[in-house]
Amino acid sequence: MKPAQFDYARPKTVEEACGILAADMDARVLAGGQTLVPMLAMRLSRPSVLVDITRIAGLQGIACSDDTVEIGAVTRQAAALASEVIRAEVPLLAKALRHVGHPPTRCRGTVGGSVAHGDPSAEIPLAVTVLGAEIVFVGEDGEEERFAPEDFFIGPMLTTAPMGGLLTRLVFPRRAAAPTGTGFREVASRRSDYAFASAGAQVVLNADGTCAEARLGIGSVGDTPVAVDISGLSGTRLTAQDIRGAVVEALSDLETVDDLHATASYRKRAAVRLAELALAEARDDALEQAG
Amino acid sequence: MKTELTVNGQTRVIDVEPRTTLLDVLRDGLGLTATHAGCEHGVCGACTVLVDGEAVRSCLILGVQADGLDIRTVEGLTSGDGALDIVQDAFCETHGLQCGYCTSGMILAAHALLRVNAAPDEEEIREAISGNICRCTGYQQIVEAIQLAAERIRTSNTLKAGEVVK
Repeated sequence: MKPAQFDYARPKTVEEACGILAADMDARVLAGGQTLVPMLAMRLSRPSVLVDITRIAGLQGIACSDDTVEIGAVTRQAAALASEVIRAEVPLLAKALRHVGHPPTRCRGTVGGSVAHGDPSAEIPLAVTVLGAEIVFVGEDGEEERFAPEDFFIGPMLTTAPMGGLLTRLVFPRRAAAPTGTGFREVASRRSDYAFASAGAQVVLNADGTCAEARLGIGSVGDTPVAVDISGLSGTRLTAQDIRGAVVEALSDLETVDDLHATASYRKRAAVRLAELALAEARDDALEQAG
Repeated sequence: MKTELTVNGQTRVIDVEPRTTLLDVLRDGLGLTATHAGCEHGVCGACTVLVDGEAVRSCLILGVQADGLDIRTVEGLTSGDGALDIVQDAFCETHGLQCGYCTSGMILAAHALLRVNAAPDEEEIREAISGNICRCTGYQQIVEAIQLAAERIRTSNTLKAGEVVK
């Protein structure tokens, strides 16, 4: 359980990091290392050089603009969880972060690292998918390239990240001024473990209390987190029957996988129920804001 | 690779191979064996140390990554004359340990919690130690130990969690 040999580089700029990554196909980015270091220890990953990006100025921090919240790639999960800006403006991400690992791993693990790793059962990629956040890379030519989640996550731990590129930030849309409720649910064998199924939801209400916009995403059940079209809920009062009907229809062709921990049919049932619970939680949250 | 490590208040520059984890640097390089090696891949929490006051897994940080960071291990909780700190004392009183393998990690996880939350409820305590596995106690006495330590820190004028006897 000791890693094989590798070199270690700690570049000070994005350009320097991209240069090292572009020059060596077997170079890998090291951010918080909470997933990569176990993979090194088990020798599932054998990089030639690790490029530690955590001390690059400009990759840290959370910034709010008129309609977006930008999170630097190496912002630690614990810092994001403690952020007032994220709690107020990207509340679904704040809820999802509570389920990411446990306090010691959140202290080192980064928001960008989780997205770049692309684990289908990870909570941050699910929040990115539900909210349609943009994933921003800088390539070796210094040009920015932006990815939508559905174009980025293409398989288990498989993404369309450009070779020699570095994930620099995530751009989340700010919540609407209208009452915006969120819900996040998952089922796992124990706290902090990988989820068997997870659901994230966000609803925005009209002034009359009907649903203006509903978003839903399902994680952990297939090869990638998936955004689910739940627009049929718009205009309804989000009663339990409204939600049940829309979820069952929307998830009718959801692809789920079998593994040691859960069968595909279990995952399907769990996804439907978790989606209902997440949407109901989002509705109640929004109604509370509406007063 | 030359690495500057500040461990329990002492700064030293040592040569660290990139693949060596902070856990192995502490135990094999510096002889600080209170930090226990358990699973060595981030699951058990036995190797928990404080980095800049926060509980982290020393098996999931490379020694070279810890360059310039402030690291505290169980050896750094007291002056080393056999005295126990307030959290260690509470673990003894409530029978919060049996075999002792997880205890260093549990104590530092408790310290990290009590630094930021002087009056944690049971749920917050369980969350704080959710990454630490104990196979002896069933956790209940560990929760009680942390509650007792919190109460003593709140009601006494002695050392706060994380403070060190000089």
